[in-house]
Amino acid sequence: MASRAVALIPALLALIVVALTLGSAAVTAVWGGGGGLGPADWAALRFTLLQAALSAAVSALLAVPLARALVRRRFAGRGLLLRLMAAPFLLPVVVAVLGLLAVFGRSGPVNSLLAVLGLPALSVFGLHGVVLAHVFLNLPLVTRMLVHGWQAIPAERFRLAQALGMGPGPQFRHLELPMLRATLPGAAALVFLLCLTSFAVALTLGGGPKASTVELAIYQALRFDFLPGKAATLAAVQFALCATVTLAAMRLARVEGFGAGLGREVEMPAPGGWRRGVDALMIVLAAGFLLAPLLAVVWRGAPGLVALPSSVGWAAARSLVVAVLSAVLAAVAALVLVQARVAGRRWAELAAMLPLAASGLVMGTGLFLLVQPVAPVERLALPVTMLVNATLALPYLFRLLLPEALRLEADYVRLAESLSLRGAARLRLLVLPRLARPLGFGTGLAAALSMGDLGVIALFAGERGVTLPLLVQRLTGAYRMEAAASAALLLVGLSFALFWLFDRWGARHAAA
Amino acid sequence: MLRLEHLDLRQDDFRLQADLTVPVGARVAVIGPSGAGKSTLLMAVAGFFAPVAGRVLWDGQDLAGRAPGDRPLSILFQDQNLFPHLTLAQNLGLGLRADLRLDAGQRARVEEALQRVGLAGMGARKPAQLSGGQVGRAALARALLRERPLLLLDEPFAALGPALKAEMLDLVAELADGATVLMVTHDPADARRFADQTILVADGIAHAPWPTAQLFADPPPALRAYLGT
Repeated sequence: MASRAVALIPALLALIVVALTLGSAAVTAVWGGGGGLGPADWAALRFTLLQAALSAAVSALLAVPLARALVRRRFAGRGLLLRLMAAPFLLPVVVAVLGLLAVFGRSGPVNSLLAVLGLPALSVFGLHGVVLAHVFLNLPLVTRMLVHGWQAIPAERFRLAQALGMGPGPQFRHLELPMLRATLPGAAALVFLLCLTSFAVALTLGGGPKASTVELAIYQALRFDFLPGKAATLAAVQFALCATVTLAAMRLARVEGFGAGLGREVEMPAPGGWRRGVDALMIVLAAGFLLAPLLAVVWRGAPGLVALPSSVGWAAARSLVVAVLSAVLAAVAALVLVQARVAGRRWAELAAMLPLAASGLVMGTGLFLLVQPVAPVERLALPVTMLVNATLALPYLFRLLLPEALRLEADYVRLAESLSLRGAARLRLLVLPRLARPLGFGTGLAAALSMGDLGVIALFAGERGVTLPLLVQRLTGAYRMEAAASAALLLVGLSFALFWLFDRWGARHAAA
Repeated sequence: MLRLEHLDLRQDDFRLQADLTVPVGARVAVIGPSGAGKSTLLMAVAGFFAPVAGRVLWDGQDLAGRAPGDRPLSILFQDQNLFPHLTLAQNLGLGLRADLRLDAGQRARVEEALQRVGLAGMGARKPAQLSGGQVGRAALARALLRERPLLLLDEPFAALGPALKAEMLDLVAELADGATVLMVTHDPADARRFADQTILVADGIAHAPWPTAQLFADPPPALRAYLGT
């Protein structure tokens, strides 16, 4: 029966994800063998945990007042700033680091200002730099998640609170705190996980015995020391670490039982007095912190944009195809698994979140070792990159869709059932319109992340057939700095354009 | 004819038994203290709550195993009777075809139904642009389009004022047109105004329907306790 076959799709999908994540980790372990951890490895483990915890805590603490200010204030450029909130997370990490170096580096404006004030210089390398970069990349993500959380509080609740004469304090306690309790721990845990597996930041701003992460140690063991055994052991440690944190994060993320609002725009009261000043300060500081590095990249890269070599165009085309295909693949997979989870199959959530416990590096290494004996790896560079990127994006999309999907289930499934609204019609008329906003946002996120990804492709690509981020990295390595900055600018523009298109699609269909 | 045959509904400590018959075309109020199981009784008939024992029969046919949408009934819930992202016309259209691929004739019927409930020309609006009374009217219009012989009302008008509620009940009576109507309410005035018969739900039992006027003229102890008389 056709419906039986359709029912098997989520299970099949879950199996593929398991094979890609657990399977590839198993391959590296089998290939490598074993071996104990040395003192340097333990130091890497400690540093990994420390920087991830600091990054998550700082991002979460700053995101609450920022998101609140953005939700309740109306000012010129607010829409632009909200969209910009997606920018640093979408910014290819190599480019973000370039911008942060320009602003916070030794000869950057921040240190110049400190010198004028007679204060000691701020180092952008080591723990400081890694946390700074991680907050830069993740604060906007947490803020966006919280803004979505605030938007999900029905306008009726705010009206009710006002009708009951609640001031900002009681309103926070009764309306916003429950939302934060439901959203913030999950968001912080996500940042913690991201920072556990963030490879490029540690590579560029960390390094050395004092500031090396587990991922960095894996990379060095594989690429420079040619010790697959050691890399496998470290990969197992990394996997166990991420798996533990993933399980903890799942417990943290709960869904609050807010009733259904009528889909009106959020109307949160905007109190005056000192709260107005604090909100304004938060918005100005955040805008500066997030904008300055982006502007620095534009400043450096813009002049060379008119004279880009043709290789850049081809690399950009390859990257676009990989990004769009992997994002659509991830979105479809996330939608299927979310529907399965809402129907009560908990394994669907486990499968969708599993890639969080894997890292692109571990997955890439496993696939590399598998592919190498049977085919030239360069030929599979793009398909493998697409597949790995889709897998890595799946947890974000799933996490973004699940709360809305559960709310949809709680509020409207009875009505849908009473009207026999099922199957494809339910997907088209109920699920897609109600999930359009997070779906558009999530797909845009996946596309931009894939566009800027520099991980698996570096392991697979040969001399030709490179993607745009890899080209940027190679141009930088060849000290063709102006071309690198210009290619980086193009990369940023394309990443943002992809995100913007998908996010806009979601917003438009959600408002309709 | 709706027949509840030795129906036994349980959930945790809650228990409700019903063994009764509702004649075709009757307008029946379901009254009783909150928590007694009025809504649960309706949900069991509608197919949202599975009984541990007993059967729900319509014209002698067991409804067990039939999905809510395939049962010979329409239901109006306490709230969330319309999808907020769809227009009124679309919400009504769902009553004709769940995939909304309507032909010209069906679209005309939607417009006609809107007209009959006093919402002519409002098909393009979203539920958020409507008053509470208008939302109720739209939900009724959809039930009208579905043309099912049994209509279940789970206090869909509870949030409306007395005059508006009375208006809605009169509208239901006018539109019912031979359909059997089961209406949950906690307000005796609703029962007197709308229902020729009343099912009293109290102390774990849904009693057989009884002429409403008689019931209130000489209330049994359970109803007396609820009414506070």
